[in-house]
Amino acid sequence: MSTTTTHATDLKQLAAEAVSRALDLGATDAEAVAVESEDFGVNVRLGQVEQLTESGSRALGLRVFFADGDGQRTSSTSTSDLSPEGVTRIIESAVELAKVTGADPFAGLPDRAAFGLNDVASLALHFNDVDAIPPAERIDIARRCEAAAMAFDTRIQNSSGADFDASSLHRVMVNSRGFSGEYRSSYCGFSVTPIAQDASGAMQRDFWYSSARSAKLLVTPEEVGRKAAERALRRLGARPVATQRCPVVFAPEIARGLMGNLLSAADGDSIYRNASMFSGKLGEQVAGENITMIDDGTMVFDHTLPNGETLRVGGFGTSPFDGDGLRTRRTVVIERGILKELMLNTYTARKLSMESTGKASRGLAGAPGIGGGNYFLEPGALTPEQIIGGVPSGLYVLQTMGHGVNLVTGDYSVGASGLWIENGELAYPVEQITIAGNLKDIFRNVVAIGNDLEFRSSGAVPTIRVEGLTIAGS
Amino acid sequence: MAAAPNLLHSDVPDHKRYFFTHLGLTERLLERCLGEALSAGGEFADLYFEAVTSMSLGMDEGIVKTAAQGISVGCGIRVLSGERTGFAYTDDLSPDRLLKAARTAALIANGPQTQRVQGFTETATPSLYPVAGGTADAEVAAKLKLIERANKAARDFDPRITQVRASINDELRRILIAASDGTFASDTQPLARLNVSVIAKDEINTARGTSGGGGRITLDFFTGEKSPEHYAREAARTAILQLGAIAAPAGEMEVVLGPGWPGVLLHEAVGHGLEADFNRKKTSAFAGLIGQKVASPKVTVVDNGKMPGRRGSLNVDDEGNATQETVLIENGILRGYLSDKLSSRLMNMPNTGSGRRESYQAIPMPRMTNTYMLNGDDLPSDIIRSVKRGLYAVNFGGGQVDITSGKFVFTASEAYLIEDGVVTAPVKGATLIGNGPEALKYVSMVGNDLALDEGVGTCGKAGQSVPVGVGMPTTKLDRMTVGGTGH
Repeated sequence: MSTTTTHATDLKQLAAEAVSRALDLGATDAEAVAVESEDFGVNVRLGQVEQLTESGSRALGLRVFFADGDGQRTSSTSTSDLSPEGVTRIIESAVELAKVTGADPFAGLPDRAAFGLNDVASLALHFNDVDAIPPAERIDIARRCEAAAMAFDTRIQNSSGADFDASSLHRVMVNSRGFSGEYRSSYCGFSVTPIAQDASGAMQRDFWYSSARSAKLLVTPEEVGRKAAERALRRLGARPVATQRCPVVFAPEIARGLMGNLLSAADGDSIYRNASMFSGKLGEQVAGENITMIDDGTMVFDHTLPNGETLRVGGFGTSPFDGDGLRTRRTVVIERGILKELMLNTYTARKLSMESTGKASRGLAGAPGIGGGNYFLEPGALTPEQIIGGVPSGLYVLQTMGHGVNLVTGDYSVGASGLWIENGELAYPVEQITIAGNLKDIFRNVVAIGNDLEFRSSGAVPTIRVEGLTIAGS
Repeated sequence: MAAAPNLLHSDVPDHKRYFFTHLGLTERLLERCLGEALSAGGEFADLYFEAVTSMSLGMDEGIVKTAAQGISVGCGIRVLSGERTGFAYTDDLSPDRLLKAARTAALIANGPQTQRVQGFTETATPSLYPVAGGTADAEVAAKLKLIERANKAARDFDPRITQVRASINDELRRILIAASDGTFASDTQPLARLNVSVIAKDEINTARGTSGGGGRITLDFFTGEKSPEHYAREAARTAILQLGAIAAPAGEMEVVLGPGWPGVLLHEAVGHGLEADFNRKKTSAFAGLIGQKVASPKVTVVDNGKMPGRRGSLNVDDEGNATQETVLIENGILRGYLSDKLSSRLMNMPNTGSGRRESYQAIPMPRMTNTYMLNGDDLPSDIIRSVKRGLYAVNFGGGQVDITSGKFVFTASEAYLIEDGVVTAPVKGATLIGNGPEALKYVSMVGNDLALDEGVGTCGKAGQSVPVGVGMPTTKLDRMTVGGTGH
């Protein structure tokens, strides 16, 4: 990978100048975000490099505010054209565009006292060792990973390929109320998707991956390849089961999405619009007493390396400040089933006469939305084997498909595949079925929570068992 | 409002001239970049220049809260060497950065230069869509008027409508493609979409409803039948309907799909599985099935990139080839795949002009445009009457497919029970699941009421989103699994 040519002062200066020039054109307030990224990606298939991508990009986003009576008018612009003319164009466009918007009493930057940022260095978000992996080694990691998957079993003769990706990001945010923050973050990871085929000719694919902020935390390519192969193989011969109600055990990768809906339903934007099943439920029991769900944008993990050393690394969802320039924080959203806090940015907090909980997410363009940091469901005491062992007849879900989640009503209906459980044992693979229920019931009917909490991405939920779901099949 | 410099309303109508006069490109520079890209032995190289201006205006709670504009300019440089693709992009179009990106992409190959850059031959482009005219001020005012009308119509529809959001998003994409095989093409692609989203609330229930439409059109499109009021009433109607919806049934049953957007079935069940890259790699459940029966004889499915004004249409694809109408399934027999330059070369099959990419930062691959099923002979009313007990699904949210196992899902957002040949109670949203190479074999009746969707579809593949269209006539499937919770 080419060495980074970023000059920190350039990016910050770019953002600061955009803010000050917007004020010169009459804006009451302004806020700019500048990002610079370096991306590398390689795809290897059947041992050969298929795609190799290497590039860098920079972009600038601007929000402007104009006081108008009791409210503010606001607009936003963004560009990847950072020539002097390109930057001038988005500053002038933002000022012009704001004229067509209406005064909103809740719009505006946070109050000066609200800004803050956590110590960037101690969050450990950037590691130079990611850039330092030579391209040849990156390709080799993908190649070894795929080779391990293909060598695992003769029923694996094809592959959708293996990828290795690395990126580094430098993000700056500056506003006219004195906030100025920046951080760098790094990422690297690889994955493989082998294809298994049985005697009937039917094919199944699955994948596995390893990803981290530091190259030191990647597991071996062989370990990932073998795991991906096992996952594809165990799906061979899958069939539908009869339509029925039965216990459903969700593997962590799937439980993460299902229980993540707890936080989506606590999203301040949906709450103030009465567009969430949790609207008006603050302080009320919305889930079983065994459910505690936490969003935490500050998590840092201590990893023990093979050589015995400890490496502190920030979580995938960790950042020093949120999209409004407020300190990120730990928020217990659901405590023993009670909705204790909401996922709020500055705007939605004002709409609800509350304080922001530091959950603003800001891309380049547009007003900040809601987005958490790292999140997790507090683990229980059972091993996944014990949870599966307790099911006389039911489904172990390993994949869901589709977007059949309605957070207004809680209605839930998704395609699924996995393994059938008989007398506590994994018996045979199933597919072409759906699972359906209502999230309000699902959150109350989690009857077992595993001890297998592992942060493989920004969210982590252990294995869970849910009662009362309907399976539709043959 | 003073006219800010704005690509949307540039006074240079000719896309080619746009890149040459505004962004400083010359044919000599394009040739140098391509030469550099081939310098390490690549067999083919192309440059994809893109300049996009997008604008979004949104009304929420009766206030114009959102006004946003985005500009994206850059170039993606690709080099092919056998099955290998080297790729680099830059958002800085200076000669130095372009040549550096070309050198980076070139390194996918490993040897001396073997290919020379051919003289450019310009691809003739039809004009399937208009290029926006008028001044920036007038356009913004007209758009504001549209969302204000939508906001009012939704609120006026029923007192139970408590929240209304109306927005209009449009973009103008200019592209220029130059390739070492002499391909030279350019296009200007407008795209607009009006959306309405509402919340309805009664004493017991809350429900949402959404609607929207558009295409590669000018704002005049919204003055006719597809007015802001049309979309607003549609969103409000579905939200009110959902207030009284009962649980959808669960299990295998007869399913009737209404005309239009339910064509997303075709997109998921067969469309993705017929993209040539998956078949070249034999990772698709449809690999090797050309000439074989994959659907009932009543089923003919095409992908057509040449429909005027449609969201999925393109004058040229993102590799500079003319788009076309491609028959995928003819009377139940699988006829062909959707291909791009790489797959047509490696598979020794015709290029269907299906190479698409999300932006200059992405590598092109075979994609759908507008995918639909042709009319049959049945009357829609006869189709409904033929069903003893089943589901009538008229509108859908998104879908998803696992192209290797062939399993696909799509989620109904508006559906009803059919009991003894009569459409009865509305049911809640439910996911339908099937197996791509099998599902269309159960098509037993095809209506004569083919309709395309309203123009809201976006397809995702390998992390890249592109606008698409779908369509179908009223169609009956004798068997499909419906994922409800009822009986």
